[in-house]
Amino acid sequence: MPVLVRIPTPLRAVTKGAGEVQAKGDSVADLIEDLERQYPGLRERLVEEGGEVRRFINIYVNEEDIRFLQGKKTSLKEGDQVSIVPAIAGG
Amino acid sequence: MTKLKGLKCRECGRRYPSSPVHICEFCFGPVEVDYDYEALKGTITRQSIAAGPPSIWRYRELLPIEGDVAVGHHVGFTPLIRSQNLAEELGVRELWIKNDSVCHPTWSFKDRVVAVAVTRAKEFGFDTVACASTGNLANSVAAHAAEARLKSYIFIPADLEQGKIVATLVYQPTLVAVEGTYDEVNRLCSEVSDKYRWAFVNINIRPYYSEGSKTYGYEILEQLGWRAPGHIVVPCAGGSLITKIWKAIREFASLGLIERPATKMYAAQAAGCGPIVTMVKNDTDVLTPVRPNTIAKSLAIGNPADGYYAYRVVKDSGGYGEHATDEEIVEGMLLLARTEGIFTETAGGVTVAVTKKLIETGVIPRDESIVICITGNGLKTPDVLYERLETHVTIRPLLSAFDRALAELKSQARS
Repeated sequence: MPVLVRIPTPLRAVTKGAGEVQAKGDSVADLIEDLERQYPGLRERLVEEGGEVRRFINIYVNEEDIRFLQGKKTSLKEGDQVSIVPAIAGG
Repeated sequence: MTKLKGLKCRECGRRYPSSPVHICEFCFGPVEVDYDYEALKGTITRQSIAAGPPSIWRYRELLPIEGDVAVGHHVGFTPLIRSQNLAEELGVRELWIKNDSVCHPTWSFKDRVVAVAVTRAKEFGFDTVACASTGNLANSVAAHAAEARLKSYIFIPADLEQGKIVATLVYQPTLVAVEGTYDEVNRLCSEVSDKYRWAFVNINIRPYYSEGSKTYGYEILEQLGWRAPGHIVVPCAGGSLITKIWKAIREFASLGLIERPATKMYAAQAAGCGPIVTMVKNDTDVLTPVRPNTIAKSLAIGNPADGYYAYRVVKDSGGYGEHATDEEIVEGMLLLARTEGIFTETAGGVTVAVTKKLIETGVIPRDESIVICITGNGLKTPDVLYERLETHVTIRPLLSAFDRALAELKSQARS
């Protein structure tokens, strides 16, 4: 089931400039694996060696931070939108 | 003199040229301005600073701008007040209030960061500035954009206090009220900033913007007579201010401007949005985001970007943190007003309430120097006080009516 993934500027070098890409997966973890297959090198940008999402990256499924859902186990369905967003300073 | 060496990732150390980027494209860590401290040593002295203007620009050699100051010439150098009454009330020997509720021109410490950010944005050639804001930043960006004759787009949560909305709109920016929390506004702005070539002060201009907060720390040190206090209590939202005050102390120490400091840093947050203090209390460096529910809207950031660094500063300095409930926040505002004649916003109420708790529980000792950070003005958030305050008497313009009312008030006071 394809979902739309929004790629922030710093990662677009890996996605050949694309700001939005299609990827598949039943969960966020699966999605990251599929992104890695399509765009080798993307995984290590998103997760640390231990498999945890990097400290300064926020991943959203539709409008929700996955830390309010089931983290990397958060399930995905067709038509979902996933955003990868770097942490932002306060205001 | 080229004092700026470019940008450097705080996490992995990768270097980038001076440009409007805010995160490391490899590890997503925040990038920071890298100064040539060796060249600065000896050229910055107590005398050279003291000879500068009474504003943040007396520290310009330690700020990331290259040319002339473009806006905000009178920002900063706010009073550091030796407290008598509040100190007595709290039972402490030496208490100081760093009062940015009177910062020029928009009555909060955000003028410090924005004056630097907008000056830098002009140097980069942007024609539009923007921000995501809980209110104070909105006021300041709109005002400085007006001064700079730049276009501005200001994004805020739609439920912000009326005072902060009016104090933004008056400068005629494009104000975008977003139906969501600040964290949701922030996330939207991150995507907007990827699409439009604007200077988002707290996104792509963040490395420069955040350095402006150091001046709050420099001023404390200079105004204390070139010494660092024992304890500083700082309100935390995104967590940047506390890390930059800490950086200011370390920079002044390494430049030989103050003696070796032993300052402990304390984080103050609302109980309804206190993820940084929760990290401190649970002794974990993993931040768990929260959904904010507090009257301290200027601190209502549930997913603070600098939360990890704020936690580290507190731990490394040997400080601590505390939460304040909404009731305690209002009590804190009233206490500061009643004892010192200073009307601060809800965030200041958080700082006062947390300071009181930390002293009462013995975490901050009563016989050492303490600085509390008051960062915003109460006239922007009067709403929370309406229910607590009332006119004492309303009378007709007759002396006899006043006499009766006075007798009534005195008898009420006795009962």
